[in-house]
Amino acid sequence: MNDRYEMVVGLEVHVQLKTRTKAFCGCSTDFGAPPNQNTCPVCLALPGTLPVLNAEAVELAVRAALGLGCHVHHRSVFARKNYFYPDLPKGYQISQFDQPLATQGKLAVARSDGSLLEVGITRLHLEEDAGKSIHDRYPGRTAVDLNRCGVPLIEIVSEPDMRTPEEAGAYLRELKRIMEYLEVSDANMEEGSLRVDANISVRPRGSSRLGTKTEIKNMNSFANVERALATEFQRQVTLLESGGRVVQQTMLWDAQRGEVRPARSKEESHDYRYFPEPDLPPLVLEDAWVSAIRASLPELPAAKRQRFARQYSLPSYDIEVLTASRKLADYFEATAAAHGDAKAAANWIMGELLAQLNSRGLALEELSVPPSRLAALLDLVRSGTVSHSAAKRIFALMIEGGEEPSVIAEREGLLQVGDETQLLAWIDEVFAENPEEARRFAAGERKLLGVLVGLVMKKSKGRADPRKVNQLIAARLSV
Amino acid sequence: MAVGPEDVMHVAQLARLGLDEHRLERLVRELSGILAHMEVLAAVDPNEYANLDDGRLGSAPMRPDSGPPLPMAAGPETFAPEMSDGFFLVPRLETHEDGEEGA
Amino acid sequence: MTLDGLLELPARSLAAAVRDGRVKARDIASAAVERAAQVGAGREKLNLVLAMDEDLLRRETEAVDRAVSAGHPPGALAGVPVAIKDNIATLHLPTTCASRILEGYISPYEATAVARLRSAGALLFAKTNMDEFAMGSSTEYSAFGPARNPLDPQRVPGGSSGGSAAIVAAGVVRVALGSETGGSVRQPAAFCGVVGIKPTYGRVSRHGLVAFASSLDQIGVIGRSVDDAALGLQVIAGHDPLDSTSENRPVPDYRQAADWPLRGMVVGRPREYFPPNLDPRIRERCEAAFDALRSLGAVVRDVSLPHTELSIPVYYIIAPAEASSNLARYDGVRYGLRIVGDGLRRMYEATRSQGFGPEVTRRILLGTYVLSAGYYEAYYKKAMGVRRLIAEDFRRAFASGVDVLLTPTTPTPAFPLGSIEAPYEMYLSDIFTVTANLAGIPGMSVPFGRVDGLPVGVQILAPHFEELRMLAVGYALERVATEQEAQERRG
Ligand SMILES: [Mg+2]
Ligand SMILES: [Zn+2]
Repeated sequence: MNDRYEMVVGLEVHVQLKTRTKAFCGCSTDFGAPPNQNTCPVCLALPGTLPVLNAEAVELAVRAALGLGCHVHHRSVFARKNYFYPDLPKGYQISQFDQPLATQGKLAVARSDGSLLEVGITRLHLEEDAGKSIHDRYPGRTAVDLNRCGVPLIEIVSEPDMRTPEEAGAYLRELKRIMEYLEVSDANMEEGSLRVDANISVRPRGSSRLGTKTEIKNMNSFANVERALATEFQRQVTLLESGGRVVQQTMLWDAQRGEVRPARSKEESHDYRYFPEPDLPPLVLEDAWVSAIRASLPELPAAKRQRFARQYSLPSYDIEVLTASRKLADYFEATAAAHGDAKAAANWIMGELLAQLNSRGLALEELSVPPSRLAALLDLVRSGTVSHSAAKRIFALMIEGGEEPSVIAEREGLLQVGDETQLLAWIDEVFAENPEEARRFAAGERKLLGVLVGLVMKKSKGRADPRKVNQLIAARLSV
Repeated sequence: MAVGPEDVMHVAQLARLGLDEHRLERLVRELSGILAHMEVLAAVDPNEYANLDDGRLGSAPMRPDSGPPLPMAAGPETFAPEMSDGFFLVPRLETHEDGEEGA
Repeated sequence: MTLDGLLELPARSLAAAVRDGRVKARDIASAAVERAAQVGAGREKLNLVLAMDEDLLRRETEAVDRAVSAGHPPGALAGVPVAIKDNIATLHLPTTCASRILEGYISPYEATAVARLRSAGALLFAKTNMDEFAMGSSTEYSAFGPARNPLDPQRVPGGSSGGSAAIVAAGVVRVALGSETGGSVRQPAAFCGVVGIKPTYGRVSRHGLVAFASSLDQIGVIGRSVDDAALGLQVIAGHDPLDSTSENRPVPDYRQAADWPLRGMVVGRPREYFPPNLDPRIRERCEAAFDALRSLGAVVRDVSLPHTELSIPVYYIIAPAEASSNLARYDGVRYGLRIVGDGLRRMYEATRSQGFGPEVTRRILLGTYVLSAGYYEAYYKKAMGVRRLIAEDFRRAFASGVDVLLTPTTPTPAFPLGSIEAPYEMYLSDIFTVTANLAGIPGMSVPFGRVDGLPVGVQILAPHFEELRMLAVGYALERVATEQEAQERRG
């Protein structure tokens, strides 16, 4: 990006945990309820109410921490982060401060050149979300909806280990994938269940000193994080090169204009006055419990990618696509196991299956075709019972009707015809109908083979075995 | 330790307490007076208590991830100063004077 | 029985009479209402009551009487009127904490302690006056005017649970709930000549107790007698899943303590609670209590709690720090007072500066200061460390074989209204009580004679969850005091 300067990036990611109820009260976490519908005395911070910790939130946070290779502390302490904001009803957020749930993790991500970057995870802690302030609905008024207030979050803070926007993007994508694999979160940035703040500074290449950093907020997609980092990098470099100095401040990303600008300064510096939350005893986790959770973790993306390469000898592009989600990877493995030819299964899933899901707007779990049935279809293709193009039609019908592929093939007349008498009859017809091509082909114009085979396939309505048609026509060349 | 008007003004701002001149002056005196009595703590050597537990030995109890939430005999509209369409309303934040979206 | 006579019955007997159908809850309630009017519990005189609703009371009494006639008599407090400090959430009656910022606020849920009282058949008689947000030791810091001591209306009833202690002392109710953060039940009980119990931290649910300093707060009980208070505690004590600091352990039958022999019990006399400058008349009452316990076979032993002198500074750092955070929710957004200002910032500042009184403002500022950047270590963190030393003092004393400690409850008897102006001087009236809150141990104050016509309380402190032991000494001292008073009347 720049010969003389490099960027230094650390990311703070908030991930919403997939619990049914809020972190400290029994209110639903469902999205889209009417304003303030999912609230109760506790999350409205009515006088006299107290928090009670949601066990599932703790378990999900621990899963996430273990999945990121963190050390999960036997004892962690909740703390109050004090500040005034209308969507923060208690006037403080229950979070963790000097004794977080977990520290010292790491996440390996692949750079575009294939090399690996290991990003350190400084800490991971449990906290509650704030509500939502809406500023554009009522003239002169801010409207406050506390439905989201109290929803459990984990905050994941990385070391400043990333040097390019692409590395930051790769870190975020891998982090999202891990959260999905662990089933701790939907981790969807567009929907706000994963939020990113980026700390960025620049320094002359070769220097090991950290420059003054700024924090960028308000980014709503990974692509925007990358754009915002590139933009802010350029701004800081330009500033330094013109003899200026970077001021430590919060910047907001404006996706429309493609620029970062300073957040309108609050009237005072932050002083959150953290102190241990007296309403909650420390969180003590038994080692055996943590070990049991560790033992129950699913295979994570990196391990799965390595195993796929080893076990199926697939190209790395295929592996990348197939391991994008745990469900897709599982689907592939089940299909490959039932069918036997992993590459054929991979090709079908990456091609036809994803295309069908895409065009129908379906999620994989909504697909009514189990892997065993897809494998049966692939078996029919391999044995030559149906052609590849017929298989595509059959697959579409399987999605709609949910029947066995052989049943559909028979009913729809899509079984491949390999009977030589029938094939020769079709070939004769085609040659008779296209005398000019037939003559030129017989005279040695070999490139017409494809055209003639195509015409036979068409005449047979796709049922002819293309391999045999090919052989039979080719035989007429040399005769 | 004695506090000055700036200190008191600073914490008043953090605590969102509006103070007029007269009250400020009085509070500077009162708080300085109270804080003077806290000085004795400085003489305690932290090693004296370093090995004592903080008395918070238990673990935070946990509840199952299920409702229902604590019921309310009356909804927020019965006690909220200003509501509309289910939203609590407040004067618009100074940082969002032009009414743009964002939290 | 005359109506007045009903109010002189111990709560336990009264409830038994109601359950048997010998006495109607309706008659008890009428007697209490009449008595309240007689003593001037309302605004015009003693100013003990912030809210009372006779219709509501009637509905409650009818429910109790109906249940009795239907053969399903309610529990241990059937038909017993109970007064509730105004920082404990009740349905129907406002919960204002004696603050402008919550004026008229009615909680849509009720405190666990209140729910337990009601299901035991108690009648919610009134919400009582207090120092605003429980910050004070005289009930002069109520936004709705000071409460007065029924024994001498020129004097304070103590605080912050002054209304609850005074309404019991005035003979209107036998049992009242108060709350403690640094002595707010024991000190007014001593000033008003009634019994006050601060249970072990975690013994009574704080759900519905409006927070002042969460690590110190505990609902306490004020009773005309030790047994009235013990009965009240019996009903409200126990685990509550809605309070993560509430302890899950069985609640013993506190009444057993009434018959406990004291022979061989070791009563500690902590020297730091008897400084040379202690009011000699208070000292004399404590010595009389020690003598009484010795005569019952107890052993009195001198002990030392060396960090006692640090307790007030520690307390006045930790309590305001927690309070500054606990009171941030009063922002005019969702409930309570809102003073409209120019923009949100001004709304916050106007609402909070006009909604909170001077003492609350002082403590919020103090608490914000000790938590703020640059001061946290020197003040808050230090105070939390020294707090451990104070707790350790008690642990060691009890581990050395001392069963309970006996001390004065307060350094002076009830003082005249308006006589203490400097904040720190007021803070010193909690000097003997704050340690129990800092250490989380139970404490109680039992009246033990008078000086110049004003009651004096002695304090009994016990190890965590050893309320029984503490009550045993309380019951015994009460018997001695009653006997001595009877003798004085005769002689
Ligand atoms: Mg956070
Ligand atoms: Zn809730």
